Amino acid sequence: MTLAMQGVGLQLNGVSLLEGIDFTVKGGEILAILGPNGAGKSTLLKVLSGECEPSQGAVMFNGHPIREWPAAERARSMGILPQGASLDFPFTVEEVVMLGRTPHDSGQRQDAAIVRKALEAVDGSHLRKRLYTHLSGGEKQRVQLARVLAQIWKDEGSAGEADDPVRYLILDEPTASFDLAHQQLTLDLVGRLASQGFGVVMVLHDLNMAARCASAMLLLSCGRMAEYGLPHRVLTPATIRKVFAVDALVQPHPLTGNPLVIT
Amino acid sequence: MRPLQPRQLLWLLLILLPLALVVSLLSGAVFITPGVFFATLGDWLSGEPGREGLILFSIRLPRLILAALLGVVLAGAGAAMQGLFRNPLADPSLIGVASGASAGAGFVVVFGGAFFTTGWLGMSLVAVGAFAGGFIAVLLVYRLATSSAGTSVSTMLLAGIAITALTGALNSLFGFFTDNDTLRRISLWQMGSLEGAGWQRVGFVAIAAAVTTAVLPRHSQALNALLLGESEARHLGVDVEALKRRVILLTAFVVGIGVATAGIVAFVGLMVPHWVRLLIGPDHRHLIPCSLLMGALFLVVADTLARVLILPAELPTGVITAMIGAPFFVSLLIQQRRRHVGGVLP
Repeated sequence: MTLAMQGVGLQLNGVSLLEGIDFTVKGGEILAILGPNGAGKSTLLKVLSGECEPSQGAVMFNGHPIREWPAAERARSMGILPQGASLDFPFTVEEVVMLGRTPHDSGQRQDAAIVRKALEAVDGSHLRKRLYTHLSGGEKQRVQLARVLAQIWKDEGSAGEADDPVRYLILDEPTASFDLAHQQLTLDLVGRLASQGFGVVMVLHDLNMAARCASAMLLLSCGRMAEYGLPHRVLTPATIRKVFAVDALVQPHPLTGNPLVIT
Repeated sequence: MRPLQPRQLLWLLLILLPLALVVSLLSGAVFITPGVFFATLGDWLSGEPGREGLILFSIRLPRLILAALLGVVLAGAGAAMQGLFRNPLADPSLIGVASGASAGAGFVVVFGGAFFTTGWLGMSLVAVGAFAGGFIAVLLVYRLATSSAGTSVSTMLLAGIAITALTGALNSLFGFFTDNDTLRRISLWQMGSLEGAGWQRVGFVAIAAAVTTAVLPRHSQALNALLLGESEARHLGVDVEALKRRVILLTAFVVGIGVATAGIVAFVGLMVPHWVRLLIGPDHRHLIPCSLLMGALFLVVADTLARVLILPAELPTGVITAMIGAPFFVSLLIQQRRRHVGGVLP
């Protein structure tokens, strides 16, 4: 029960966008994908979520090629938060989050409870009755995150069935427009979900933020894997210079021991 | 924030619509009092319709029902288009369905008219022409606006303008080659008129209204998800391409029939869903049924106005809806611009 890319490559109009991508994410793991602008991070997520067909290789999701899953069934165990959502209709926040329950038929009452909890998890309970179109950028992003959470929600402590597929969360720069407090909150939330057994793949820009929560890191450069492995193996001055063309100092964080990149 | 709950609006419409139907039935060049109405109803049922009976049941009633059903079709198609293109300004007439249908119907009237001008066969041929014309126009617009990156709304609107111009030219061409009588018929019909509605036309539009009412609400969840964005809807398990195909096919079909029977009654599909959205919000599960009812109500009122405003003459119904609709459309544009004054959206 994993989400994996096996030798994935993608060419479009003769241009190679991805090449030789190989990784596996199990339930409970957090993979952070980093790289300079234009390295192919968002393209990789598109292939990973089954939206794009890879030219070579395969994306395997819980034992089957991802594009062979029935759309609704896949949607029940994989939530995807794209960058820059463009909802321009005056739904209330509650209604937007409720849209995350589209692939389920768990009933009005349970859905309402899940929506409430998902909003709580992103610190958005107070926005419940507001109109989505009136929110700030960061608030909108939080509501979209709550929507994706509601889509793959599993109650903490509820014993999943034995053959319950592992649920995955794919996030494209989830903290991009958040203030400091909500960045922390989101990373904590992601960590908590992983400890509940969710698998998480996310694109991040901040190396230190990634170092804090990721169980594995993938540095992408020109569509290829520059480095892949444990954060303290990946984050070295040499690799940072190679991928980002920046000189940096890497030291253990005084409190957590995670690598701390100082530029 | 929202003036009404969906249930409240639904009840309000369920009360107002019959009321409007009754008032419309009784008013006109000859005003008929409720007392006379019941006497006439008795006569008519016993098979001896007097003058009032003919006015009521052979002229006004079919026209009234035609207006209501057409309102259902146009408002439903408008709600579907606006949801599909994720744009509150979309309307079947803006993307070429109506003008394409009118060119298709014009083609049949001019070239097939000599053989099939009357009766069911003639009617259905015009409907087939309108359907084909509307469908081809929408297909062209849709193709032009769709690339591998998805359907672009602005390209779609521009393509709609281009196709509308092209079909307009075709229509003029048909008009050029035809005799004066047919020309006047075509041009009257293009203004959108419910005049001379008979039970046959009612039957046709009833089919379109029934299809709209039966099919459209089934897609409300998917349309809701689509408002989030195409890939977002896909991630929620919605088959977006199939949804687009079905909704466009449905719209071309029902609007084609509508245009074939009543010409171009503009702006109903644009305004009605918009009003409903202002009242109860954008959730298609409520928006669609309320729009269907509100469309019926609106067109019954507009058609009654068309009949009584310049007595003893009549205005084409499409002129009334356009005169209400065009200023409304402009006010929407201004509102949108104000809302995006920060430059968030183009």
